[in-house]
Amino acid sequence: MDLRYTDAEEAFRAELRAWLAEVVPTLGPRPALTDWPARRAYDTSWQGMLYDAGYAGIDWPVEGGGRGASPVEQLVYLEELERAHAPYVGVNFVGLLHAGPTIAVEGTPEQRARFLPPILKGEQVWCQGFSEPDAGSDLAALRTRAVRDGDEYVVTGSKIWTSHAEVADLCELLVRTGEEGSRHSGITWLAMEMDRPGIEIRPLETIGRSTEFAELFLDGVRVPVGNRVGEENDGWRVTMVTLSFERGTAFVGELLQSMEELRRIRSLARRVGLWDDPEVRHRTGQLGAELDALWALTRRNVSQAARTGVPGLGGSVFKLAFSELRQRLATLGLELLGSAGLAWDELEATDGSGPIGNTRLLEQWIGSFSRTIAAGTSQIQRNIVAERILGLPKG
Amino acid sequence: MDFELSDDERSLADGMRRLCEGRFPMERVRAGEGRRALDTEGWSALAEAGVFSLRLADEEGGADLGTAAAAVVFEELGRALVPGPLAATHAAAGLVKGAATGDRPVGLLRRTPPVPGDPRPVLVGDLGSLGALLVVADDGVELVEPDAVGGAPVEGGLDPLTPLWRLEAVPRGTPVGDGPVAEALWRDFLVVEAAFLVGMAAVTSEMAVGYAKVRRQFDRPIGSFQAVKHMCADMLVRAETARAAVHAAAVTVDQPDVGDAVRAAHGAALLAAQAAEANARACIQVHGGMGFTWEVPAHLYLKRAIVLWRALGPATRLADVVAERF
Repeated sequence: MDLRYTDAEEAFRAELRAWLAEVVPTLGPRPALTDWPARRAYDTSWQGMLYDAGYAGIDWPVEGGGRGASPVEQLVYLEELERAHAPYVGVNFVGLLHAGPTIAVEGTPEQRARFLPPILKGEQVWCQGFSEPDAGSDLAALRTRAVRDGDEYVVTGSKIWTSHAEVADLCELLVRTGEEGSRHSGITWLAMEMDRPGIEIRPLETIGRSTEFAELFLDGVRVPVGNRVGEENDGWRVTMVTLSFERGTAFVGELLQSMEELRRIRSLARRVGLWDDPEVRHRTGQLGAELDALWALTRRNVSQAARTGVPGLGGSVFKLAFSELRQRLATLGLELLGSAGLAWDELEATDGSGPIGNTRLLEQWIGSFSRTIAAGTSQIQRNIVAERILGLPKG
Repeated sequence: MDFELSDDERSLADGMRRLCEGRFPMERVRAGEGRRALDTEGWSALAEAGVFSLRLADEEGGADLGTAAAAVVFEELGRALVPGPLAATHAAAGLVKGAATGDRPVGLLRRTPPVPGDPRPVLVGDLGSLGALLVVADDGVELVEPDAVGGAPVEGGLDPLTPLWRLEAVPRGTPVGDGPVAEALWRDFLVVEAAFLVGMAAVTSEMAVGYAKVRRQFDRPIGSFQAVKHMCADMLVRAETARAAVHAAAVTVDQPDVGDAVRAAHGAALLAAQAAEANARACIQVHGGMGFTWEVPAHLYLKRAIVLWRALGPATRLADVVAERF
């Protein structure tokens, strides 16, 4: 076991760190969370800068325009971005982490040439049309129907939890092309342009009063057959290929942010005179120990991916532990504020020492509830851990 | 950066597992229930295998291996639930003459600032077999000769594999190390004891999973019910996160430039103790009525977890060190 980085890894780090130190301070202020057009502009312009500097999609395969970076380089990359407080991947998430890698591996040369460069350059934004009102954890039950009509598919149905739908150019869409009840064997993967007639976007309001995701209603949307990635009815396998790109680095940024958040919470405890409270110290130390452990587990998962080339199942273990930890972390922060944590709008401290920090903590707290649901609920993660790692029988 | 076990570490673990399977199968370990003295034959076998000396330099009779190797070895010892003051003797190897060879088993006690009016006696394990007792405080380490301790045997200890002695207070001894020595000794002790606890947590997880696969109720294995299956998943999560923490702490002791080894050791000990206890509890629960019987060894893992945790100090103190140094 070795936690030191090689000279080559350190050289990569140094080069990236130098570049980030140069460009990050030149970035403008982040747009408001509710201003989606501004967020799109900000995130895509950052992606363009990454592209120009040779840092776009570094983990993508070379044939897809990436650098084919090793899992460890990817870890260093994410660590440095976080350290420099560089912008988050934002609206580029689906393109860079899902649709792009899928097309890079499963797409035709023509599809690769058409779809991949705009993702890497930040010119096109993708959203994801997987879940449906009746197909959440049980994704293979999806019913949005695509019927072949000449060289087009006619798509009718609805999708839900589609993030960034309003600002997306394209949607990675899973549709039912097989018979009803064909489950995994009757699904097809389509790239759907979001400006096609018949697409209605209805934003959903979250418990935090934000509109991070939307419902999509598809009424006879015509998608060219040339937009199909993989064979008809082979979309489930195509989708699973994307998951094989996961190298244990999916939560590196969030994990490092959480570590910083814990330090902020400690500062807050000192500021409000509660740092001598044994319970506050106990909870802080417990969270710190768990965060350190998850950082260790991240490096273990990345090392495993580096050795075997395939992602381990450690990702489920990590996701389960981390998402539940985040709720406890946010709860501690909010509790330290007492009644001052009940308001959304930022409150000024009574002693003139500035904002109390309530908006941020409330956002963190509310946001933490989505972590145990999105990308596989904790219950599904426990099934995965129990069945695929421990070999317990399906219910 | 490669945080997987190296080939050498893997073969060390395999070798240790084989030694434990040969020397310390559960029937043999359980034959020592109620004992007052160490199984000297087993203890010598561990000493010969280098369990206590492996981190010492060649010229000191060691194998010149690091803390990571020690963690790998102690995980195996924990899996087998080997009794005796293993972690303390290992941690004391460079400090107490005779510890590395196993000739002087060493006990370890932590001295904390006295709480006025606290009437609790101090119970220590294996005192009758110790060649030295180390008392660790923030400002230094003292060595107490066992004859000078004067403990009284306590019959009927919680863990049938850990004989107890009663002390009226933590004794005074001869200084053998200053603050930094105390810090390093305690840090190393935490890491190897945490590795032992992780081994225990892994075994109880495997026992529960194994039982959930074969025990049938309602015409199906109980492991197919989510209520049981999710308990098993949580056991694995606890064992694996604690294991990663312990390994990181061990590597950080060996490679101090990668992090704060003291913080890592305290955090790892905290999570490992929690995992060992919680997994043993869950193991009892998954075994149902059988889990409450003396026959099924789940209770031995629970009891040992508690015994070892008491020596590490309360969760609040372990967490406090992490909180300050995070």
